[in-house]
Amino acid sequence: MSATQELEFRDAIRDAMSEEMRRDKRVMLIGEEVAEYNGAYKVSRGMLDEFGPRRVIDTPISESGFAGMAIGAAMLGLRPVVEFMSWSFSLVAADPILNNAPKMLFMSGGQFGCPIVFRGNDGAGGQLGSTHSWSVEGLFSNVPGIKIVIPSTPADAKGLMKTAIRDDDPVFFLESERMLGMKGDVPVGEDVLVKFGQALIRREGADCTLASWGRPVHFCMEAAQELAKEGISCEVIDLRTIRPLDIGCIERSVRKTSNLVIVDQSWSFGSPGSEVAAQIHQRCFDDLDNHVHRVHAEDVPAPYAYNLEQEYLPNTRKICEAVRSATYNS
Amino acid sequence: MPTPTTDGNSAHDVHGGLPITRRAANRPVPSADLLRAWYRDLILIREFEIRCMQAYQDKKIGGFCHVYIGQEAVAVGCVAALKPQDPLVTAYRNHGHALARGMKARACMAEMFGRVDGCAKGKGGSMHMFDREHNLFGGHGIVGAQTPLGAGLAFATKYEDEVINNGKSSRVTLCFLGDGALNQGAFHEALNLAGLMNLPVIFVVENNGYSMGTSIHRGTTQSHDLSSKALGYGIDATVIDGMNLLEVYHGMKDVVEKCRRESRPAFVDMRCYRYKGHSMSDPRKYRSRDEEAIWEQGDPIGTFEKFILDQGTITQDQIKSLQKEVKLEVREAVEFADNSPVPPLSDLYHDVYREPWGKYSGTSEPRMYGGALNPPTFRATREGDGLI
Repeated sequence: MSATQELEFRDAIRDAMSEEMRRDKRVMLIGEEVAEYNGAYKVSRGMLDEFGPRRVIDTPISESGFAGMAIGAAMLGLRPVVEFMSWSFSLVAADPILNNAPKMLFMSGGQFGCPIVFRGNDGAGGQLGSTHSWSVEGLFSNVPGIKIVIPSTPADAKGLMKTAIRDDDPVFFLESERMLGMKGDVPVGEDVLVKFGQALIRREGADCTLASWGRPVHFCMEAAQELAKEGISCEVIDLRTIRPLDIGCIERSVRKTSNLVIVDQSWSFGSPGSEVAAQIHQRCFDDLDNHVHRVHAEDVPAPYAYNLEQEYLPNTRKICEAVRSATYNS
Repeated sequence: MPTPTTDGNSAHDVHGGLPITRRAANRPVPSADLLRAWYRDLILIREFEIRCMQAYQDKKIGGFCHVYIGQEAVAVGCVAALKPQDPLVTAYRNHGHALARGMKARACMAEMFGRVDGCAKGKGGSMHMFDREHNLFGGHGIVGAQTPLGAGLAFATKYEDEVINNGKSSRVTLCFLGDGALNQGAFHEALNLAGLMNLPVIFVVENNGYSMGTSIHRGTTQSHDLSSKALGYGIDATVIDGMNLLEVYHGMKDVVEKCRRESRPAFVDMRCYRYKGHSMSDPRKYRSRDEEAIWEQGDPIGTFEKFILDQGTITQDQIKSLQKEVKLEVREAVEFADNSPVPPLSDLYHDVYREPWGKYSGTSEPRMYGGALNPPTFRATREGDGLI
């Protein structure tokens, strides 16, 4: 095992960006408050001092403009990292990020790619109300041409961010404001990368598979601990990337456990969760003891009130209920 | 009959604009070789677009098709004022820009025919012309979407020259847009960023007076003085007569040189007129045939042809032979496109990702690949069927 250091989630992302910027001058960071303010959520703390204002660039509040601008720069060969203060704000940049970035390579017949990373906070949980609480993976996973990364630990955040920056395709990197202060051991080393499309089994188990990504992975771990007391053994899979999707890892697990509960903090209708469910029903039809169960955000706009928001999101209680139901223990 | 005008206030002045400063009269006449090459480009674009309209009517070209007839002097003059390494990005009325930039007529036509020898292997279509060799960064179908991209191309050339190579910014980016794009948010954000960041990008508004069927007066404030749009973002503006190739060339030469020297954005109100409809399905009921007739008198090709004949740059016989040559070239392009194979179905899954995970065949269900090749046939709904 190589050496590790304990880092906050936000610093793991910062270290990944800084290391890649030292390695490759084509990499630059652009977004609202990323430079002089040191990042609205302090993710880019210290980067302006190290790299200067030509490579760590403050923009006005102008998502459509700077997202499109960064895409133009990527077409010419730069490798921009674009921070959206929140992915909720990316919706005003829908045309550049969905119509330009993922389609440029295809539309140009392979002539112009778009090596760009869009990153920022995703998901509810901070009582920000309906407009600021999007889980955009529900929307954006529908679009081919994008890679979607949703890390759940500081170590993954760093390794996946480095892969994202070196990747030649547009990558949407979804962080969670709720998790930025979370600490964890992160491997030291400039070339410690985490590959896309490789899910990780966070906990082994025999009775039910829990598949999730990002923040709800931690709720799954809590649920697994609680269910163990009831004698239900859960296997927790952290997908880490939605596109590419490591369906094989879930498939192998389901062949072992015969049960699947998917935990997805986006809405259920046309979501990564529904896609995984459809694929597993197709691949594991004869292996399943029950239909695939899903725990999503409730199908309503995100509420403000603390208790309502907690009930709106996937949580440990709901996951436990779903597992009991799936395993005929309810 | 009133004379066609881009700078007065006659009843047929679709722009209603402020007067244009004319420059060509005070400048040395470009070399005869250059003038003849430009003339050839003008008539090539015109002929190409005429054949496109025919091919569209013959159903050889699908989708939307927006022809450039009437605006040829803009593309030819602007491209002539650039260096080959200067990036160019444009909107969907882009065949003229592609040809002026040096794309082969056959590659452009094959793209429109949806054939594998098209500039984008038949995956882009009429609105999306890309040519890496000639620094053409598209053809973009969403109105105004290319304006932030233009700012980004300028950002990247400047970054490469100054930050990566520790040199001086050397390239300018030309970003074409129509007057309809003036009303899109993306345009305003792009101008603000370009002004703020001192990006060497030139926004050339091909102001043909109409965004689809809406006259500029009905859709845009300050339509008589578009310069005010740019001035609001601290960007200098120039008005140029887009119906006169020499005016376009000399005007753009000044703008390009200043942009390159100062590494600052620029804005050009390029007054022109499209002779045909917005797209092939446009009956042009929003304007009079009289108005069109007046503008056709000021045809940019006729005007330039008269100039080079008067100059003695070219003879009538040489013009005839050039016209013949161009007709042949475009006819050959149509034949080439017609004979080019359709893209293989396996191309469907190419160029979605540069780095796919294994052989890319769709993320959702690999087996759909085989199924997609044999789509089921659906019976048309008949009256009384109900909505099932």
